[in-house]
Amino acid sequence: MSQLSAATAPPEPAEAGLSEAAKKIEGRSPWQLAFERLRRDRVAVGSAIMIVIIALIAIFAPLAKRITGHGPAGQYRDTGLSPAGIPVGPNGMFWFGTDELGRDVLVRVIYGARISLLAGVAAASIAVLVGVVIGLAAGYFGGAVDTVLSRFMDVVLSLPYLVFAIALVSVIGSSMQVSIGVIAFFSFSSVGRIVRGQVLSIKEKEYVEAARSLGAGNMRIMFVDVLPNVLAPVIVYVTLLIPLSIVFEAALSFLGLGVVPPTPTWGGMLSDAINYYQVAWWYLVFPGAALLVTTLAFNLLGDSVRDAFDPRYNRLFAAEE
Amino acid sequence: MSTETLLRLENVVKHFPVHSTRLLRRTEGVVHAVDGVDLDVRRGETVGLVGETGCGKSTLARCILRLYDLTSGRITFGDTDITELSRRKMRPHRKRMQMIFQDPYGSLNPRRRVGPIIGDPFAIQNVADGEERKRKVQELMELVGLNPEHYNRFPAEFSGGQRQRIGVARALALRPEVIVCDEPVSALDVSIQAQIINLLDDLQDEFGLTYIFIAHDLSIVERVSDRVAVMYLGKIVEFGPTEQIYNHPRHPYTKALLSAMPSADPDVAEARERIVLRGDVPSPIDPPSGCSFHPRCPKAQQHCVDVEPPLEVKFTDPPAHRAACHFPVGDGEVLAHATPELALDTEGDVL
Repeated sequence: MSQLSAATAPPEPAEAGLSEAAKKIEGRSPWQLAFERLRRDRVAVGSAIMIVIIALIAIFAPLAKRITGHGPAGQYRDTGLSPAGIPVGPNGMFWFGTDELGRDVLVRVIYGARISLLAGVAAASIAVLVGVVIGLAAGYFGGAVDTVLSRFMDVVLSLPYLVFAIALVSVIGSSMQVSIGVIAFFSFSSVGRIVRGQVLSIKEKEYVEAARSLGAGNMRIMFVDVLPNVLAPVIVYVTLLIPLSIVFEAALSFLGLGVVPPTPTWGGMLSDAINYYQVAWWYLVFPGAALLVTTLAFNLLGDSVRDAFDPRYNRLFAAEE
Repeated sequence: MSTETLLRLENVVKHFPVHSTRLLRRTEGVVHAVDGVDLDVRRGETVGLVGETGCGKSTLARCILRLYDLTSGRITFGDTDITELSRRKMRPHRKRMQMIFQDPYGSLNPRRRVGPIIGDPFAIQNVADGEERKRKVQELMELVGLNPEHYNRFPAEFSGGQRQRIGVARALALRPEVIVCDEPVSALDVSIQAQIINLLDDLQDEFGLTYIFIAHDLSIVERVSDRVAVMYLGKIVEFGPTEQIYNHPRHPYTKALLSAMPSADPDVAEARERIVLRGDVPSPIDPPSGCSFHPRCPKAQQHCVDVEPPLEVKFTDPPAHRAACHFPVGDGEVLAHATPELALDTEGDVL
């Protein structure tokens, strides 16, 4: 119908007609197609929304402080502890109850989201950046470069990371930056290995040879022809690396190697809570639930992203419609 | 066609080392992919390069374009020796020689749009920018029979034949003098093959291109080539004008290849003797001594095992037609019944 009306319509200026035609003919990139599939995946949309909500909560954490009137490190020994000095359960004043020092668990869980998300995203980003560069160089240049970089990654992967982390933190002291650095250091090798493997297969493609026969340099080939074709598995891995890093950070905090108290972290709260769970279940349950929901949302999103990049899933999806 | 030699290959050798384990990197042997090739290509002609899979055709093509560094030998392009040129010094020469690849799916980056792919030569060689580049790319697309409005499409949205046209457009962008076509049609449907061949023909007429045309389909090579080189195990065993090679093959291998060519005419097919070669192509890691064809040759004798035959004119052939064989096949000779005097130690499987 629209074609018919276009044919009978008075001739438009040639330029406008051409640009419209060109727009219609514009193809969709593999990224756009994957994103399109992702958008139709209810689990993906649900977990993405969840992640956005958690992120918003973390960003607007001071709002919780204003609403409840409780600071994340404030100790409310009069209202937050029973006369016997035991934490009080969820009530109108402390929605999630209090901890052994009379601090508001809700406010601390909300502030803890900041640390968790920041550590998770920052560590995963650094790991990916370093991993991609090292994997790309190892796979593309091969030979001695590959041998050195691959052996280095093997060594990192074979280190007992927790022992190493404990040793490292006891030497240089614990802080947010050290946590992120440690997590990134123990994560980049897996990214590097994935990228290296992909590059090894991509660099043998004829389009890489075509670029070389045109006189393209190594940098151009690496970043224009090779990198975009290895990114799909990397993106999938990133969405799974973020929850891993969050858990890693929680583990470090749990062991007292992470962010220094009184800054609230989920791992740190869990660590303290295990001493009180018999009298104060809320102290253990709420930070644990927050950790669970966050990692679950990221993991589900990661699964969906992997499906979106998997062409076999594409066919299943088409048959379903 | 002029008589000016545009490209000269002298004793080109390309060996690939074979490593045993990855850790110790001990070299166990070498694959003799290209083992001493002499070839001259004149401006404006098409030289066909035929041979079985694995005989070194594609390696030779990549050597010519300096995608591989030679093990030894010399390649002269125009009047420049390009054998030892560095990547940087090679770059300006790349404008003059281009390649069309075999796999229309593998030769285009699936994550890039067609316009930028065809525009790559301009971008890499810093020839044209922005709107000018786009205009030139669209001219090229039109030239090779693509819709210029498909500038922003992705390779996946094109058919095999269209993709090969994209490859042709990219190769043509810098108006090269030589285009190496590495089996440009073997991945395509037969009906599409003819279209691409005709396109290459038209472009040759229009721009005076020189082609090195690699294929294993003998009828296509006969159709496009002025001269044909037959390769076996990294060596050229026969080289000459197409008409000579196809009507008066001198090397038993050439003769056997030609006898396997399908014919549309049943009478011709009936009359033609089929020569079935014994065994497989030997491993290029350890090529046979003397004439490398001797283990499979129906005419092989002890002399073939001991001495490598030079590429030279046989009988009363024109000087342009040379074959590397001690016992060349005469016109009308029936090869299938020739009994080898050489007792072979292993009975090859009859294929």
